[in-house]
Amino acid sequence: MTPKLKKILIDPIVRNNPVAVQVLGICSALAVTTKLQTTITMCFAVIFVTVFSNIGVSLVRKITPGSIRMIVEMTIIATMVIVVDQIIKAFAYDISKELSVFVGLIITNCIVMGRTEAFALTHNPVESALDGLGNGLGYSFVLLCVGSIRELFGSGSLLGFPILKTVSAGGWYVPNGLLVLSPGAFFLIAAFIWVVKTVKKDMAE
Amino acid sequence: MGKDSIFKVFGVAAGVCLVCSILVSLTATSLKEKQKENMLLDKQVNVLKAAGLVELAAKPSAAEVKELYAKIEPIVVDTKTGETVEGADPEALDIQRQLKDPAASSEIPAKADIAGIKRVPNESVVYLVKDDAGKVSSVVLPVYGRGLWSTLYGFLALNGDLATVKNLTFYQHGETPGLGGEVQNPDKMAKWSGKTAYGADGKPAVHFKKGTVSADDPNAQYEVDGFSGATLTCNGVNNTVSYWLGEDGFGPLLAKLKVAGAQ
Repeated sequence: MTPKLKKILIDPIVRNNPVAVQVLGICSALAVTTKLQTTITMCFAVIFVTVFSNIGVSLVRKITPGSIRMIVEMTIIATMVIVVDQIIKAFAYDISKELSVFVGLIITNCIVMGRTEAFALTHNPVESALDGLGNGLGYSFVLLCVGSIRELFGSGSLLGFPILKTVSAGGWYVPNGLLVLSPGAFFLIAAFIWVVKTVKKDMAE
Repeated sequence: MGKDSIFKVFGVAAGVCLVCSILVSLTATSLKEKQKENMLLDKQVNVLKAAGLVELAAKPSAAEVKELYAKIEPIVVDTKTGETVEGADPEALDIQRQLKDPAASSEIPAKADIAGIKRVPNESVVYLVKDDAGKVSSVVLPVYGRGLWSTLYGFLALNGDLATVKNLTFYQHGETPGLGGEVQNPDKMAKWSGKTAYGADGKPAVHFKKGTVSADDPNAQYEVDGFSGATLTCNGVNNTVSYWLGEDGFGPLLAKLKVAGAQ
């Protein structure tokens, strides 16, 4: 892999992370991170959509008229989202019930639209695929951190396995109710952004 | 011809739509069978869970479900009168399809409609579980009602005494995951088990309470710990339970079953 391709892939994971640095895709980051299992499924769904919608948009970039490019991007993204939603419903029915509308809402995730518009429209399919993968992984990285913390301290378990035995199950740990609610995720993501911007001084505005 | 000519615009739009629609319909049709299977299995598991034949948190295999489901006796009843409808196929009835069909469902008066459901199916499938002596040990009633964002579909099971709740489960809803979506959390929903369904006045009394029910609460037998952050969903569940346990819901059916059981 050439250094250029490597940079396209690695950059969005930490240095230019879509959630932490660009503050995109916050809505779903709040909604699906109460449990790690749903978080992981959501991450796969988003990676799938970012990669394939980037490839799709990149493939038709040379023939897409400027006047309808956003509609074309949206159509391709929506298609990918429906496909992934159908697949989850067929092979992970229980999880699909928990994720409910949020898989469908990937359509409105700013990261996906942003990457097709800002990157795939001007790059070849291979670069676009890597950019999609990188951004999907960047999004997943933050979601997994938030999801692990929320499930561990909010419900005392990880992936459904009890780690900190909660009081309601006869243990000692009083779960932090705030973390189960959306504001808990807000605070965590804010803290995450703060840490990233403090450590990497060049990123602060 | 330029990239932005009108023909190009229409051509590209049509092309993209065509390819995308083929992709969508291909996945949808090829996965349909699998999804249907999942849904049926899920519904049967929910009946089994409500009936107490499967632990609420358990994940039984398809074979186990099939074996256990054989113990369940689905009967079709007239929703209003509670009379058994002879010769009707319980598998053929689907609440959501019935509600869309004006011939298979009927409107309910706004005053009685506390669960916000507008229509009820004319015929409902009720599941009976009988013990070895042939006595009804639990009755699983299909219930549905408005929550915050969506209509919740589920099962309310009563014990053989028809006075205490066995379980309350929901198999379909669009409530907020982590908040109202907790109606699918087995640990939290297990708290409905054993609660007294009807108050001293004979009206449905069991409900979600806001906050935690303390042990010395005189009404503890009717109250279930509510979910924080999901007051509106809990209210919806309360209304749903009250409606279906009440006179407009399955009250007449339960009265009939009581008479039959006493004989």
